[in-house]
Amino acid sequence: MTNDDRSALMEIVGKYKSQKGSLIPVLQNIQEYLGYISKESVEFVSEQLNYPESDIYGVVTFYAQFKLEKPGKHGIKVCQGTACHVIGADTVRDVIFKELNLKKYGTTEDMKFTVEEVACLGCCSLAPVIMIDGQVFGKLTMDKIKKILNSY
Amino acid sequence: MKELTIFIDNREIKVLEGTTILEAAKKAGIEVPTLCYYKDLNPTGNCGVCVVEVEGVDTFKRACITQVENNRKYNTNTRKVMDARKAVVELILSNHPNDCLKCIRNQNCELQTLAADLGIREFPFERFDKDMPIDKKGVIIRDSNKCIQCGRCIKACQDIQTVNAIDFVNRGYETKLGTFMDLPLNDTTCTNCGQCVAVCPVGALYERDDTSAVWAAINDPTKHVVVQEAPAVRVAIGEEFGMPEGTVSSGKMHTALRRMGFDRVFDTNFTADLTIMEEGTEVVNKIATAFKTGEIGKNLPVITSCSPGWIKFMETFFPNLREHISTAKSPQQMFGPLAKTYYAEQEKIDPKNIVSVSIMPCTAKKFEAARPEMNSSGYQDVDYVLTTREFGRMIKEAGIDFKNLPEEEADELMGFYTGAATIFGATGGVMEAALRTVWFVLTGKEMENYDIKLVRGMETGIKEGVVEIPLKEEIAKDLGIKVLPAKVAVAHGLSNARILLTKVAAQLKEKGQSEYHFIEIMACPGGCVGGGGQPYACEYAARARRAEGLYKEDKDITKVRASHNNPMITKIYKDFLEKPNSHKAHKLLHTKYVDRSDLV
Amino acid sequence: MSNYKVVVGMGSCGIAAGAHSVYKKIQDTAKDKPELGIILEETGCIGMCYREPLVEIEDLKSKKKYLYGGVDEKRWEKISAEHLIKGEPVKKWIVKSSEKDGTDEDIFKKQFRVVLSRTGHINPESIDEYLKTDGYKALKRVLKEMKREDVIDEIKKSGLRGRGGAGFPTGLKWEFASREKNDKKYIVCNADEGDPGAFMDRAVLEGDPHSVIEGMIIGAYAIGADEGYVYCRAEYPLAIKRLTMAIEQAEKMNFLGDKILQTEFSFHLKIKQGAGAFVCGEETALIASIEGKRGMPRIRPPFPAQKGLWKKPTNINNVETFANIAWIIYNGYEKYASMGTKNSKGTKVFSLSGKIKRTGLAEVPMGISLREIIFEIAGGILDDKKFKAIQVGGPSGGCIPEKLLDTPVDYDSLNATGAIMGSGGMVIMDENSCMVDVARYFLNFTQNESCGKCTFCRIGTKRMHEILSRITQGKGREGDIEKLEEIAHMVAESSLCGLGQTAPNPVLTTIKYFRDEYEAHIKEKRCPAGQCKELITLKIDKEKCIKCGICAKNCPVECIRGSKENPYEIIQEKCIKCGNCKTVCPTKAVIVE
Repeated sequence: MTNDDRSALMEIVGKYKSQKGSLIPVLQNIQEYLGYISKESVEFVSEQLNYPESDIYGVVTFYAQFKLEKPGKHGIKVCQGTACHVIGADTVRDVIFKELNLKKYGTTEDMKFTVEEVACLGCCSLAPVIMIDGQVFGKLTMDKIKKILNSY
Repeated sequence: MKELTIFIDNREIKVLEGTTILEAAKKAGIEVPTLCYYKDLNPTGNCGVCVVEVEGVDTFKRACITQVENNRKYNTNTRKVMDARKAVVELILSNHPNDCLKCIRNQNCELQTLAADLGIREFPFERFDKDMPIDKKGVIIRDSNKCIQCGRCIKACQDIQTVNAIDFVNRGYETKLGTFMDLPLNDTTCTNCGQCVAVCPVGALYERDDTSAVWAAINDPTKHVVVQEAPAVRVAIGEEFGMPEGTVSSGKMHTALRRMGFDRVFDTNFTADLTIMEEGTEVVNKIATAFKTGEIGKNLPVITSCSPGWIKFMETFFPNLREHISTAKSPQQMFGPLAKTYYAEQEKIDPKNIVSVSIMPCTAKKFEAARPEMNSSGYQDVDYVLTTREFGRMIKEAGIDFKNLPEEEADELMGFYTGAATIFGATGGVMEAALRTVWFVLTGKEMENYDIKLVRGMETGIKEGVVEIPLKEEIAKDLGIKVLPAKVAVAHGLSNARILLTKVAAQLKEKGQSEYHFIEIMACPGGCVGGGGQPYACEYAARARRAEGLYKEDKDITKVRASHNNPMITKIYKDFLEKPNSHKAHKLLHTKYVDRSDLV
Repeated sequence: MSNYKVVVGMGSCGIAAGAHSVYKKIQDTAKDKPELGIILEETGCIGMCYREPLVEIEDLKSKKKYLYGGVDEKRWEKISAEHLIKGEPVKKWIVKSSEKDGTDEDIFKKQFRVVLSRTGHINPESIDEYLKTDGYKALKRVLKEMKREDVIDEIKKSGLRGRGGAGFPTGLKWEFASREKNDKKYIVCNADEGDPGAFMDRAVLEGDPHSVIEGMIIGAYAIGADEGYVYCRAEYPLAIKRLTMAIEQAEKMNFLGDKILQTEFSFHLKIKQGAGAFVCGEETALIASIEGKRGMPRIRPPFPAQKGLWKKPTNINNVETFANIAWIIYNGYEKYASMGTKNSKGTKVFSLSGKIKRTGLAEVPMGISLREIIFEIAGGILDDKKFKAIQVGGPSGGCIPEKLLDTPVDYDSLNATGAIMGSGGMVIMDENSCMVDVARYFLNFTQNESCGKCTFCRIGTKRMHEILSRITQGKGREGDIEKLEEIAHMVAESSLCGLGQTAPNPVLTTIKYFRDEYEAHIKEKRCPAGQCKELITLKIDKEKCIKCGICAKNCPVECIRGSKENPYEIIQEKCIKCGNCKTVCPTKAVIVE
C-alpha cells in the first residue's frame, strides 16, 4: 500500500471508527477509493477496527457489492431483474461479452471494463437495462449497446 | 422461572421456561436426531435435522433452537417429520463425497451414523461433488469438500477459543468454511489447538496422520524407537475400545506400545515431573528476585508453557507477555532432547539412530515438535507426534485386544512418575503439581494435604485464589516476609486465557505489576483431557470424567505424589543435569518464544 | 415575469431515458428566451415510465397543466415553439392534462394516490414543496395533540398492514415495540428493495423522501425510539442522495434532532447502505447487516421488537409502510380504512413491468382485480400478444394465470393463488415467456441469494435449480415434476427464514398452473413458448424474406448470411438463439421451430 493509500484509508477509518456497525461502511468507502477490497486493506481495517481478518473476509464475501480483484476502469452492471430477464437480459449480456471479447463476467484484458451481473436495478420499466459507472441505460438494443460501449 | 406444561409425542411433561424442544424431549426420554447441535456450543440451527412438528404452526421448527411454549403439542416422529429429516440428510449427502470407506472418519462419523439411523438406502438426488483443494500445509488438514456447513468448528474457534482463524465465507450454495483470503490454516492465527477437529462431525477437519511414518520407523531395524505418552492419553485411549471415559489405562497403554514394537516405552509423566523441577525452580527464583529487588512487574507473574496451542496464541495475540512465560519447555519437549542425549549416553546408542515418538492428546504438539528451536539434542528432538486417536488406530491395526491386555510399567529410567505428573493432563494440574514442590522448597516441609481443590475442576473458566505459604526461616529472612500470599490463577480454553491475559497486560501497563504471581494456562477447555487430539465426542462432561481418572491415579495408584520425590528425577540430576536450572538444563530444557503478531 | 412552470421527471427511469439532456435543453431555452418566463423544476417518478422522459408544462396564468411524454431534445424544440411561444399545446404528445384530453388519461382512472400523492409533482430536493403540500403537518399534530398510544391506536384502526411482503398489521407491530421497556430503542426503515421487478420504494425515496422520514419520526415517537436507520440498497444512488438531502433539511428545520419542535422528543436518523444481499430484506438479517456482520437471519423469538439492533427493541417497516403514516394521521384513519377490502385496507403501489404497453407505477385501492391493473391501467399486452401470466411478489411470489385474473388484489386472495402480495412488483408475461424458464430464473436467484445457513435452502434450492435447468435444456426426466414438488414442500416447511420458506413459490405456482408446459419440455423436449434455447431452432422463411439484411446486421454472433440477391439464412452451428433476428425482422420471416 502506498503512503497516499494508507492515509486515505486512515481517514476513512477515522470517519467511522466511533460509529457502531462501522465495518460495512468502512469497506464500502475503501472500495470506492481503491475500486476493490485489497488484501492489505483488510489487514489494515482488521488492525484499526480490531476485527479478526477472517470475519472481515466472511463479510466481504457475503455481500455481492464487494470485489476482491482490481476492476477495470468502467464498471458495467447487467441487470438480471425479472423484467429484464423476460425481455432479454441474456442477449444483452451475450452482446456485451461479444463486443468486449469476454467469455464470462469479469474484466477485459485491457482493464477498461468490468462486467458483472446485478440482481435488479429497479428500472424495470426500461428493461432491458445496464448501468455503467452509476448511469442507467434502458430499452437496450444491439445497436444501442454497441454505441454506448463505443462512447467509453 | 415459570414451569411450563407441554406435550411431546402425546406425553405430558413439565419443564422450565426457556427450555428448548430438544432439551424437553430429552427429559421425556425422546432422542431427537441432531447433526449440527453440539452440547457445549451455542446452537445455531444450521442443519435442520432436528425438525419437529408443532401443532398449530405451518412450518417445522428446529428443536435445538426453539424454546417450548406452554401447553403446546410437539411431535417428533410423525411420518412427515421423519421424511423431512431424511430429506435433509439426503440433501447433505448429495454433495458430500461418497468415499466413506477410505475416510478418516469411517465408522466414527456422525453423518454416516445419522444416515444409517435414518435408514437412507439410496441417493435420490443427483450427486454433485465439489472439487476444492485440500489444505494440507499445517498439522490440521481442512477438506472443504467434506464440510457440511454445520458451523461447529467456527463456534469452537471463535466463541470457545477466540482465535478466529476460520469463518464462513461466501454465500448460498458457495458458502464454505474459510480462512482469510483462503490462506492455509497454517498461515493464519490458528493455534493448532484442534478444538475444531474435536467437534467436526465429519472428515472435514482432521490432524495430519503420522502413523505410517511411525510404523516405518518401528519396522526399520537400524532405528531405535522410543516412545512417551502424555498424562491425558491414559484416561482416554480406552474410549477407542469401548471403555468408559476416565478409565485409567496406563498399564495397558505401556503393554500395547511394547507389543506394537517400540524399543523403549517411557512416559511423558517422567518429564512432567522434570518440568515441575525446572519451572518450579524458576518460579521460586523469580519470586525471590521480585521481592528482593522490588521489581515485581518485571519478574511476575510467571505463566506456564506446557500447552503449545496456548504458546502460539500468546505469541500471536500477546507477544509482549513473552518474558512472563516460563522458559521451561513442555514435558514432551524435555523428553525429546533427553532421549537423544541422556538416554543415548546411558544405553550407548548413537542418537542419530534414535527415533523419538510421542503420543499426545493434542494436535498442537505436532506443531511444537516441528518448531525450529526444538533441536537442542542436535537432532529434531521429537520426531513424530501421534494423537490419542492415531494411537488408537495403530493399536487396532496391530490387532491388539486392548481391553484385555495385562498391565505393565513403563521403562524406569525415563518412565517412573509421580501423581503430580499425572494430573498435568487436567486444568489446574500443572499449578497443583508445581505448588506441591514450590511449597516444599519454600517451607522445607511436605504439604499436609496434596489435594489443592482451589485449582481443580472445569466449571469455572478462570480459577484463582491465594495460597498462603509459610516461608522457612532463611527464605523468610532473605525476602523480608514470613508468609508468602501466592496469588495464583488457572485458565483453560483460550477465551478464558484471553480474558485473564488482557487483565494481566492491563495491570502491568497501568500499575507496573500484576496481582498474580503464578498463572497456569491450557489452551483446551478442561486442559489436555479435552485436547484436540483426544477421541471424538468429548463433550465437557466426558472431559471431566477423564480428569477424575487422572486424580484417581494421583491419589490411589501412584506411589509418590510430588515431583521432587521422584527417585528417577533425583537420579537424572545426579547423573546428568546437575541441578535444576543448571547450565546444561538450560541448554536442553529451556526455550524462547517468537513474536507472531503479524498473523493477526 | 413567470409564465410557465416546466417540470422534468428526474427519477432514475427518467434520467436513464434521457431526462438530463432534455433538462439542459430547457435550461438553454429559458436562458435564450427570457421573455417566455420559464421556471424550471425537477420532480420524481410520475409513474408513466414507458413515456419517459416526461415534461410537465404549467401555464401559470390559466393554471392549466399539460404532461408531455417521450420528450427528447427535438420534441422540446417543437413544444417550446408551439406551446410556449404560440400558446398552442402539441396535442399528440400530451399524455395527460388538466383538461383531461391527454392520450393516456385512463391510466389514472383506477388509481388513488396516497403514497404517491406527491411523487412526480413536487421537487423532491426541496423541503419547501413538501411543506406546501401539507408536509410535516401530521408530525406537528402528533407531537402537539397525541399521546404515543393515540398514534398507535390510529394506525391500528386504519388497518394498515406492512407493505414489505408478509402484511403484518403495522399498528400491532408498533404496539409490541412500544410495550418494551428499555432505555434505548431503534426504528429502522427497510429500503433494501430486493425483489427483482420491484421499484416502488425507489420511486418513493427518489420522489418524496420526506414522506418516509415523517412516517419514521411518527413511528419513533409512537414506540419511544430516539434513533433510526434507513437501510437502503447501494444500487439506488439517486435515492440515497435525495434521502441524505432530505435528512439534512429536516434536521435544519428541527423535524429531526434534539427536542423536536420544542418538545421533549428527540430523534436522530442515519442512512446505512446495503451491500448487495437480497436476504437482508429479512428483518433479522437486516439487523445483522447494520451491525456490520454477514446478513444471516436468526431464529425468532426473540423478535426484533424485543431484541433487535444491538439487542435493543427495534421496529422495522418498509418504505411504503412509512410513506402511508403521515397521510393516515393527517387525513384520519377513517378515510384510509374506507378504501380496500375487509382485511386489506388502503391502497397499494405496484410496479408494472414486462410485456405490457404501459410500464410504470400504479397506486390502487386494495381489492381491485389483476385484470383491471393489467388491461386498464397497464394498457394490455405489448403488440397485442396473448397474456400468459403475471408474476406477483418477486422470488417469494408466484405466477398467476389468465383464469385467475379476476382475483382481487389483497393479501388473502393473492395468498390463495399460491403467490403473495410481496412488496408489489408485478411482471407481466406473454405467450413468448416460458414458465419453466421463469421458475428456473427465480430459483437461480434464490439459490444465489440464500445466506447459506440452512441445508434446505442452501442445497435444496440448488438441487431444484439443477432439475429446472435440465428440464429447460431438454434433459428432463420422468418424475422430475414430482421430485421438484417434493423438495419444494420440504424447503418451504423446514427453512428458517422467509426467504427459504417462500423460495419454492415460483416453482409450485408454475407447476400448478402450467404443468402442461413442464410436460412438453420433459416428454416432447419442446418449449411451447419458443424460449428455451436448447429446444428451439431459428429459421428464416425464404418466401417471406425481403432480403433487407436487418437480421444479419443485428445478429450478435454474425451467423446470418445472405445478400440482396439471395434470401438470408441462419448458420445453425453458430446461432446462440438470442432471437434478435426474430425481433427485428420487419416481415416476421424468422420462425421458431
